Amino acid sequence: MRPIVVGVLAVAVVAAAGSARPALAQASPPGATGLAPPQNQAADPQALLKQIEQLKNELEEVRKTYGDRLAALEAQIAAAAAQQAAAAPPPPSQPPPAAPTASSKVFNPDVAVIGNLLGTAGTNTVSPSPSIEFKEAEVSFQAAVDPYARADFFVSFGQDEASLEEGFITFPTVPGGLLVRAGRMRTAFGKLNPLHPHVLPWPDKPLVTRNLVGGDEGLADAGVSVARLIANPWFFLEATGQLYRGDQGSVFHASEASDLNYLARLRAYQDVSESTNVDFGASFSMGHNDAGVTDGVDTGRFTTRLYGVDATVRYKPLRRSIYRSFVGRTELVWSRRQQFDGVQPAFGYYVSGDYQFARRWYAGLRYDRSERADEASVYDTGAAAVLTFWPSEFSQLRAMYRRTRYAQSETANELLLQVQFAIGAHGAHPF
Amino acid sequence: MKIGPLTTALLFAAIVALGAGPLAADAKLNVVTTTEDLASLAREVGGDRITAEAIAKGYQDPHFVEAKPSFILKLQKADLLIVVGRELEIGWLPPLIQQSRNAKVQAGAEGYLDASQGVRILEIPTGQVTRAMGDVHPQGNPHYWLDPENARVIAKSVCAKLSQFRPADRAYFEQRLAAFNARLTDAMARWTAQMAPYKGTKVVTYHRSFPNFADRFGLDIIGYVEPRPGIPPSPGHTLDLIQEMKRQNVKLILVEPYFDLKTPESVARAVGGQVLVVPPSVGGVKEAADFFGLFDYDVTLIANALKATAGK
Repeated sequence: MRPIVVGVLAVAVVAAAGSARPALAQASPPGATGLAPPQNQAADPQALLKQIEQLKNELEEVRKTYGDRLAALEAQIAAAAAQQAAAAPPPPSQPPPAAPTASSKVFNPDVAVIGNLLGTAGTNTVSPSPSIEFKEAEVSFQAAVDPYARADFFVSFGQDEASLEEGFITFPTVPGGLLVRAGRMRTAFGKLNPLHPHVLPWPDKPLVTRNLVGGDEGLADAGVSVARLIANPWFFLEATGQLYRGDQGSVFHASEASDLNYLARLRAYQDVSESTNVDFGASFSMGHNDAGVTDGVDTGRFTTRLYGVDATVRYKPLRRSIYRSFVGRTELVWSRRQQFDGVQPAFGYYVSGDYQFARRWYAGLRYDRSERADEASVYDTGAAAVLTFWPSEFSQLRAMYRRTRYAQSETANELLLQVQFAIGAHGAHPF
Repeated sequence: MKIGPLTTALLFAAIVALGAGPLAADAKLNVVTTTEDLASLAREVGGDRITAEAIAKGYQDPHFVEAKPSFILKLQKADLLIVVGRELEIGWLPPLIQQSRNAKVQAGAEGYLDASQGVRILEIPTGQVTRAMGDVHPQGNPHYWLDPENARVIAKSVCAKLSQFRPADRAYFEQRLAAFNARLTDAMARWTAQMAPYKGTKVVTYHRSFPNFADRFGLDIIGYVEPRPGIPPSPGHTLDLIQEMKRQNVKLILVEPYFDLKTPESVARAVGGQVLVVPPSVGGVKEAADFFGLFDYDVTLIANALKATAGK
């Protein structure tokens, strides 16, 4: 049953990729009207025609000039009217207008929706995935709050439930050169964790994320973040400090209000040339965990410490920037989780490379290995190859072959097919 | 490997403190622009009273600039940021501004200048705009700097903004603006004369980068190598384009330096035409070192090609 379903999905994906072309091909060249200039005519009529043409152009010129002036005048009048309206004191307790007017929509936030559909084929007895799953519909609302702040909301709708993935306010220009954020955020631990799933180069998360850094969802929590650039003559250096409530899935758990989670991150970036750059990071996070909770009482009072380092190298030749690029990444994470049986010193990492070989095509490889947070003697290893096609900036088809060996014994071979698509406001390209 | 939270906090505080202390104020006004065209125009007006630096290079696609942290450092120190606007930089500028920690250059602040204010914008979509049309710019075509007459408007805005920051230098900026306009009038006469014999000539371009240029210098763009803005060439569209070019006897394809030449060249072969790599920005080729150099290069390149075609 399952291979059939996946087969159908694969056919659908191929069909979608194929149909993109004919659809685009239907577009006729815009403005393809008008006749070729008369070339083999007698001299006199040609001169006449030229004159007529010149007159036409002049007329057009005059029309445009006056049109522009008229438009500018109209804009001025409108602006003046708006100013007057703004200056006038609002009538007390006026009922809201029956229907929203066009001007009220001006302040609506930028809205976008991103769909993420994932199909899985193959055998996996340890961590099986559904054959077809609508992983997530992420709805974002983003706008300036006032001259001092902006707000970002990301609501994630799964197949059965909705959750607030992120919702925070950012003060970008706090005195002292600070970038301050407050709300629910994906924490700044490492390179991948702050990223939303749809900007990752894979349809899944590496084993180290799944075992040590919050599983499929990653780490997100309510708290405050402060980041500052550290001026130095050599490179970009940013220090981030974050304070969270301390409830982050299975990694951190707050039994008492004072069980806060502390996080620190340093990021260094340097351009090697105009086409190549390197990015390094070091992260530390600590808080209480749930290993000591028995019958709802935290008798153990255990903590978890996470240490991480990451490195990214990027290559993109500027003259061919839309056709070629390479991103190599690695991230190493150490987890120190206290439990009744002592501290579990678990370690995990991934190494990956993604190469863009045509304007819309990317190919990548990934190797990952990670011990388990609560049982460090058990480890999983994985290797994956991924191919991505972007019909446009707003949609993406992806296939991944993934081989995972769980706990040094069970092996899973899977083929993942992913379709992602975005509508609404044009977001920033991830870097 | 044992680090307590207090130690971490202290270490962190030390690192933050290390970076404290404002940089010494520079005597020159520090202007950052998104493109080299705007940097060149800023220099025309600002002269030696400013430094102007562009984020995007003239030979890269201005729609797809990477939001590198090194650009954050540039913006952090900027007194004035000049942008092309019309959503040209929407994919990369907002995160840079947000992380700049610089109140002066936030959108809407004193030090943020949208150069598209008051210029003549073409191709403003009317009616419903959807992405089925490709990556359209809802606020009109952002490649407006390719009309030298628009440069007068941009230079005037820059002059007003610089004078606002440095009132003492107002006369200096205004004198430079007047000199720029005079030079531009002379240059326009030269460029218009160069292009005059070819008024109404039909051409094809790769992306919709040249409507303002074509409008000013009398070229008629009848089609594009891209089927829709931002969508790479497709076989079907390319065949349609070849047919249309043959039907209308179009011989010239203008391509921006950052696009692949394979499809344009095969189209040119099919119609017996020619591909011209035309930089739409200052710095797109070595010769186009400033705003005047850009038009000198482009106009001469196109006029020479049309002359050769007409001579055949």
